[in-house]
Amino acid sequence: MPADQPLVVISKSGSKRWISAADTAARKLGLKVGMPASKAQAVVANLTMIDADPAADAAALERLALWALRQYSPVVAVDGTDGIVMDTEGADHLQGGEDLLISGLVNGLRGRGLTARAAVADTWGAAHAITRVTSAETTVVPVGGVAKAVIALPIHCLRLPADTIHGLRVMGVETVGELSAMPRAPVALRYGPEVGRRLDQLFGRMAEPIEPLRTPELVEAAKTFQEPIGAAETIAKYVRRLVGELTSRLETRGLGVRRSDLVIHRVDNTRQCIRAGLAKPVRDPARLSKLLCDRIEKIDPGFGIERLVLVAIMAEPLEERQAASSLIEEPVVDVTPLVDILGNRGQRLYRVTPVASDVPERSVMRVGPTADETGATWAAKWPRPSRLLANPERIDVTALLPDQPPAVFTWRGKRRRVKRADGPERIFGEWWLRPREHAAVRDYFVVEDEAGERYWVYRAGDGVDAETGSHLWFLHGVFG
Amino acid sequence: MSRAHNPRVIEELRDRIAHLEGSAAKKAIVLPFGVREMDERLPGGGLSYGALHEVAGGGAGTVDGAAAALFAAGIAARSKGKVLWCLTRPDLFFPAIAQAGLHPDRVIFCEGDKEEDVLASMEEGLSFGGLAAVVGELVRLPMVASRRLQLAAEKTGTMGLVVRRWRRQTEASDFGNPTASTTRWRVSVLPSEALPVAGVGRARWLLELMRVKAGECAEFEIGACDAKGRVCLFPQSANRPDTSTWRGSRAS
Repeated sequence: MPADQPLVVISKSGSKRWISAADTAARKLGLKVGMPASKAQAVVANLTMIDADPAADAAALERLALWALRQYSPVVAVDGTDGIVMDTEGADHLQGGEDLLISGLVNGLRGRGLTARAAVADTWGAAHAITRVTSAETTVVPVGGVAKAVIALPIHCLRLPADTIHGLRVMGVETVGELSAMPRAPVALRYGPEVGRRLDQLFGRMAEPIEPLRTPELVEAAKTFQEPIGAAETIAKYVRRLVGELTSRLETRGLGVRRSDLVIHRVDNTRQCIRAGLAKPVRDPARLSKLLCDRIEKIDPGFGIERLVLVAIMAEPLEERQAASSLIEEPVVDVTPLVDILGNRGQRLYRVTPVASDVPERSVMRVGPTADETGATWAAKWPRPSRLLANPERIDVTALLPDQPPAVFTWRGKRRRVKRADGPERIFGEWWLRPREHAAVRDYFVVEDEAGERYWVYRAGDGVDAETGSHLWFLHGVFG
Repeated sequence: MSRAHNPRVIEELRDRIAHLEGSAAKKAIVLPFGVREMDERLPGGGLSYGALHEVAGGGAGTVDGAAAALFAAGIAARSKGKVLWCLTRPDLFFPAIAQAGLHPDRVIFCEGDKEEDVLASMEEGLSFGGLAAVVGELVRLPMVASRRLQLAAEKTGTMGLVVRRWRRQTEASDFGNPTASTTRWRVSVLPSEALPVAGVGRARWLLELMRVKAGECAEFEIGACDAKGRVCLFPQSANRPDTSTWRGSRAS
């Protein structure tokens, strides 16, 4: 079906048929959600109509929530019929922060053909309201900024029954701010306690724990305490015990953990999570408990912890490998345990690999720390500086054109006389990557000053033709 | 009097001290430079594995640490196994490191936001055991931190290399403060090897061994790392060019 063909989804209630969803092309033609189907057909000729299937929608939403559970956060649940809620606390650093987390999430969904809006806020209620009202794709409400962010939002985003909303509108209440300014008792008398509860949840005055989505195939180990625990040593002891239990369960299924979550239920009905990711499937209790116990200091036990749950959120078949048995064979050191430990602390781990490019800043590419070893290295023809400036710095140069190295140059306020020099090494722009570099040329020189300090300088342009560059000089690197 | 000169008594005392230091069970394994004059200045005949070594640059090198990083890379290249390189400023250009003999497949970089992250990552890498060397680029190396790193290195026999680089040249006086590292080096650039034609020859460094446990300080004029990470000694010729200008310009 072509993309510009208008498409609507039709819901039925009784004999009434109405539009429950419309795509961009249909909305452009003036079709709206809630419009009767017959009217839509009258407005748009040969409109494509699909019957709504709420059960399939719910199943798809749950599949999406499961995907988010594996990818993004330990606590994910389906929110209503059209949303997913997740607790990103303790999980956002793995994605590089809240901003990157939700923009990555929205982009990932767009790549799969889904449009989504996402918001991060202190409370479930606030995030729910903002995503459904604002038109921005991603919103991050700073910590403590909920009251300011939701004050002007309309009351229909408060997760209240439709007749309550209607009643409040009749009374002239339009925004959340107006509703929260009203005396609580008369409102509760007329519309029940639900209004006050939703407001408290919105502003974070009342806890609203998210019951995480679980499926039967997730391997889980849990421990409930008679007396709440709080000391770090006690938590570590029980984490080790849970890890032992989890690994023995995984062993019966032949699986190893790729990602595991420790969910901490506190006595005041709030939850905290610790997520540990691994580069390869693992079933070694010592390694798993080290990863989790490493982060115990992040747990705030408050008045005590009443329940610990350890889930293997992502498990993969574990391939058993024989250890080196002969004496001739060199033992290969597996660095993945170290990569896991450092990676879970939020350090950026990478290896570098050569790229076939003459432009220095493009000749290095970062790959994952456990990526396959290619054995490739740079073709070592000319000396390269050990430090490369991220942005080449302008230098004032006295040099003979077109191809003589500088005689004198001034960098960062210091004038240096060039004693020895090598060059030019001409590097052409990569016009197949960037059209602007069609004629661009850089002439690189190695220069050494009187003190023996060696630098990598270049001139933009070939020294003759102005089209090849500005003929300005830059310092790009420092040799050791 | 005669007892004090008895070599057996001295030997016994040495053994007891070594036992107290906890390294009695392990024989010191070293990585020689392959240059006789340098190796005989170091106890055991080379840089010991299971120890922390500090390298800093001289002059402008205190800020960019270009020569110091290359010197550390050369040492790491001659060891066997994987190398963890911890840093906060990712301005290392790896093609140059590869030219010093360190293959890109052998190096795992660990980039942190803070100095403390680098220290923590280094300690984790040193106590992991399976690595050949752990390199860290640091501004500050307090006594307590260096002692922790040294102890972690002693426990596993992994070599720790700290490349000191400061934000400003004047801050480099910090290098005089004591740390628990086994050796301390300073690498300053010298004018490169003279060629019969115009051009820049093999880079030369002035390598100062500023501190070594159970040894004496020394100075060497060396040729920079070759494609296998080896350095060579340049003969200290009597009629070498006048170097008073660059000697004066170095930060002390």
